[in-house]
Amino acid sequence: MKKKILPRLTKLMSLSSAALLAGCSWDTLDPKGVIGAQEKSLILTSTYAMLLVVIPVCILTLLFAWQYRQSNTAAEYLPKWSHSNKIEVVIWAVPSLIILFLAVLTYQTCHSLDPYKPLEAEANVKPIHVDVVALDWKWLFIYPDEGIATVNQMAMPVNTPVDFRITSDSVMNSFFIPQLGTMIYAMAGMQTQLHLIANEAGDFQGESSNFSGRGFSDMRFRALAMPADQYSAWVEKVKASSEQLDSASYPKLAAPSEANPVEYFSHVDAGLFDDIVAKYNNGMVMDKSTGKMLHVQQSAMSDMNMKE
Amino acid sequence: MAQNMTADAAHAHDEHHESPVVFGFWLYLMTDCIIFGTLFAVFAVLRDQFAGGPTGHEVFELSGVGIETAILLFSSITYGFGMIAAHENKVSTMRTWLGVTFLLGLGFLFMEIREFSHMIAEGNGPDRSAFLSAFFTLVGTHGLHVTCGLLWMAVLLFQTAGKTELNERMIGKLTCLSLFWHFLDIVWICVFTFVYLMSVI
Amino acid sequence: MLGKLTLSAIPYDVPILVGTFIGAAIAGLAVVGLITYYGKWGYLWREWLTSVDHKRIGVMYIVVALVALFRGFADAIMMRSQLALAYAGNPGYLPPHHYDQIFSAHGTIMIFFMAMAFMQGLMNIVVPLQIGARDVAFPFVNTLSFWMTTISFLLVNVSLFIGEFSQCGWLAYPPLSEQQFSPGVGVDYYIWAVQLSGVGTLLTGVNFFATIVKMRAPGMTYMRMPVFTWTIFCTTVLIMVAFPILTVAMGLLGLDRYLGMHFFTNDGGGNQMLYLSVIWGWGHPEVYILVLPAFGAFSEITQTFSRKPLFGYKTMVYATASIMVLSLVVWVHHFFTMGAGPNVNAFFGIMTMVIAVPTGVKIFNWLFTMYKGRIEFHATMYWVIGFMITFSIGGMTGVMLAIPASDFVLHNSLFVIAHFHNVIIGGVYFGYVAAMNFWFPKAFGFKLNEAWGKRAFWCWFVGFYVAFMPLYVLGFEGMTRRMNHYDNPEWHPWLLIAEVGAVLIALGIVCQLTQLYVSIRDRNLAENRDLTGDPWNARTLEWSTSSPPPFYNFAILPEVHELDAFAHDKEAGIDTRQAGGNYQPIHMPKNTACGFLIGAFSFVLGFGAVWYIWWLAAVGLIGVIATVIARSSDNDVDYYVPVSEVVRIEQEHTHNLMAAQAAE
Repeated sequence: MKKKILPRLTKLMSLSSAALLAGCSWDTLDPKGVIGAQEKSLILTSTYAMLLVVIPVCILTLLFAWQYRQSNTAAEYLPKWSHSNKIEVVIWAVPSLIILFLAVLTYQTCHSLDPYKPLEAEANVKPIHVDVVALDWKWLFIYPDEGIATVNQMAMPVNTPVDFRITSDSVMNSFFIPQLGTMIYAMAGMQTQLHLIANEAGDFQGESSNFSGRGFSDMRFRALAMPADQYSAWVEKVKASSEQLDSASYPKLAAPSEANPVEYFSHVDAGLFDDIVAKYNNGMVMDKSTGKMLHVQQSAMSDMNMKE
Repeated sequence: MAQNMTADAAHAHDEHHESPVVFGFWLYLMTDCIIFGTLFAVFAVLRDQFAGGPTGHEVFELSGVGIETAILLFSSITYGFGMIAAHENKVSTMRTWLGVTFLLGLGFLFMEIREFSHMIAEGNGPDRSAFLSAFFTLVGTHGLHVTCGLLWMAVLLFQTAGKTELNERMIGKLTCLSLFWHFLDIVWICVFTFVYLMSVI
Repeated sequence: MLGKLTLSAIPYDVPILVGTFIGAAIAGLAVVGLITYYGKWGYLWREWLTSVDHKRIGVMYIVVALVALFRGFADAIMMRSQLALAYAGNPGYLPPHHYDQIFSAHGTIMIFFMAMAFMQGLMNIVVPLQIGARDVAFPFVNTLSFWMTTISFLLVNVSLFIGEFSQCGWLAYPPLSEQQFSPGVGVDYYIWAVQLSGVGTLLTGVNFFATIVKMRAPGMTYMRMPVFTWTIFCTTVLIMVAFPILTVAMGLLGLDRYLGMHFFTNDGGGNQMLYLSVIWGWGHPEVYILVLPAFGAFSEITQTFSRKPLFGYKTMVYATASIMVLSLVVWVHHFFTMGAGPNVNAFFGIMTMVIAVPTGVKIFNWLFTMYKGRIEFHATMYWVIGFMITFSIGGMTGVMLAIPASDFVLHNSLFVIAHFHNVIIGGVYFGYVAAMNFWFPKAFGFKLNEAWGKRAFWCWFVGFYVAFMPLYVLGFEGMTRRMNHYDNPEWHPWLLIAEVGAVLIALGIVCQLTQLYVSIRDRNLAENRDLTGDPWNARTLEWSTSSPPPFYNFAILPEVHELDAFAHDKEAGIDTRQAGGNYQPIHMPKNTACGFLIGAFSFVLGFGAVWYIWWLAAVGLIGVIATVIARSSDNDVDYYVPVSEVVRIEQEHTHNLMAAQAAE
């Protein structure tokens, strides 16, 4: 029963809220991808559920305060009354029921919106892979399939799932494109995963959502969602760049810089992302497809796999 | 002194609240227990993070640690004898047992410092790997507590020098140190089992 | 000789800091001059700085808290002004180096030195009186706790003028806070300040738990304890559980920085998420440590001014206790976005929401305490009603953040900032101010001015909404916390509104200071003096003694027959004081300078360690140890108040009481 009611409720509520918020450009509430859209409706559903009790409480507070003011001698005054089983049952039951509803919702959405869960795409659409490295203070995007890399700008074809692997070669950051949904931490020596999709073309703001030091405020990037043909053109444009990223040029890029401009690299060393993760782990890295550690050294470690 | 005794007597007489000192100290020990608990948890998380450095198996010498354990356990017993003497108001016997406990504690500390300096000299100091950081911190925190306990014991030995009787306050202090000392013993047993034995096996 | 300390550590090239220094120096010299002029140094030293009287320690705590509020708020309004300016290419007036210190200091000061000090001040003033005790279990430890908190706050302020403060946020997440990324002394100041104040707070926790367990008046069973005492009781449990974890977190971070260890470093096998787990293992209970006493204060105030007993006392106690337990198992909700599995996230999310149930019950209990009462709209009731509405909204946004999938888009945004200010200002701060207004006459013997109290409330209440509702919106617009400048045109108007709100809150603080000034000026007017000791016709034991209470609190320990012992006695016509009864000599602790000295030496230790001046740190450490040993060897720590003195003080109060009754 619950399963059917929940989506219906959700739909109903997001409809009414859409009317309410039409014209607003609040990024999080103006999602352009299915993940963001589900998160928006989750926020609205939970808010409405809680307003069911918050609004009456606020009204009752003001009402009781006014009704039982000292000067209103007409109001009933019970100077001894301090207990009622009936009221106690109600005041425990009402919040409990709402929390029960939200708990079910929480459990379901924790699984359905798990950032590690690959997204289902339409037939014949293959997800693209993007490896993200947070640097001081810029974002490096590596496209392993195309062998290209960019800084502070990424592109993706619309309606195509994007599989991110995310790490940091410095302090902790959080990778976040508000209009697409879910953020996730970027941490040195570890790799986190994220699956997003853009269902509309657009030029979205991307940012670091975890304070990372002096240049943090400018650690922003553009996430471009475009039709497949334009995406191919974008890849070609990057490939036309004269810059290349290899183990020799990488340290120069990784050195701290603020408000870094967009950069394109027509070639990137195949193992760069793994090397960045591995350098904090005695040369070891987790294989994403199997979830197993690639043993380079005898003493195995598993701290990178935060899921375990 | 005599004036003090009457104050104590009057104290016991006119207030129905018993002295909260031992209870308060026990509470403090429980918070200390949480410090050690957290350090154990940290050690558990980092115990396999060798970062290319040595494993516990490679750096621990169980025989030495075994002797340390025996010394510390034995010092708990000697402190216990000291407390029995204290309750019987036999000050000099109590002081003798406390002196023995002090020497045993000193021996324990000496062995621990030797173990540490040995490891550091071999390049396996706390900055070598997360495992060694966690090891040195956990064991070192215990060692720091033992040091404080020894200092405290020395102060009590000094304060009871030349006394023929122990007042309530002194018994309270001895009882608190007794709790502290046994507590350190228990923590050490956990260290021995959890850190040394389990790393070697 | 001076470690890292050189002349270049003095920021004489930063005009804001030079101005602040001059201002602080003038104010400091003025205070010193006034004390000298009136010849009050001896009085101050003997009666206050070395006092072991819980009431005086409580007052000093609150003085520290108000200074911290001032400092913390100055930081806040500077941040708001920066964000109102630093838009579209304008860098604002605070470069990141300075701005990052300010937001780090704001959080650190407001939590550790405003809220914690305020809370400990309130519990000091109220709890022993409320349980009918003459002092706390360990009066010496109490003064030590106070001085540890105070010198830590001093250490934070010294960082303004010598060196720098942390630039890593109020919880100093590694690896940013590691030596590699923050080589300056800022994080070291942070670590030592937090560590030393943590010692003080931990000792307060032990002290008051022991006090409540061991020193309640005869007949006061646990289920006859006033609600405020119950909330403090739960808070002390949380302090004892959580603060050792903070000690470990700061200790390990310090070891990483000082000895090159690898707990939280990127390399060497360190794990930064371990720090998050440990620090939030303290951090989440901490917010309940702060808010539970506020709940207690609201309960006392609501029942007193609704002129009827608290609705559902037992429910209140159980709700408080269950919040206490639940608060220990929710810490992961502060980092849902680290990539833990869905089941882990769901568990911690649901546990977090479950806390909303007992909290909601509490709100209903206050609601039904007002129901069918005769509510007197005293200034404190304004804060109560403002709290109930504001806190309900803050609770709602808290549950939104507790749902992991919602948190995935709201985490670290200004939505989070809005949420926790919503509960910390609307819950904690409103509660403490209400409590201050409520218990002030007990501590000083005269009431706080009500008109200015209400003006302060309106400024704070409206100011809060104007300042923080825009932050919710900005959270939805994807604005991250701790940004220094931005170029999104949609954010700018909201940040301007927030700036207006901050100005309104500043007016609120001005009203509060005026309230203090006016009240002290008019303290001798008949309508302001509290001669009866019971100005509000209240229900609990602290009101049964005089205002301010004699240093021994109760000449004869009260007998408790019921919940709300004093209300019961008043109704039954029992004289709780047992005036003229069989007085005995009263055993009291002597004042001692040892707490002050240990604090002073700890400050030296901390300052030396921050600057790597090892001989100075050693002096501090040896000083601490020597003072402890000296204190332990001192047998002259207590005395007896003779019966004649007790009779004199009690007769004076009886005389006042009769005069007050005659005046009615």
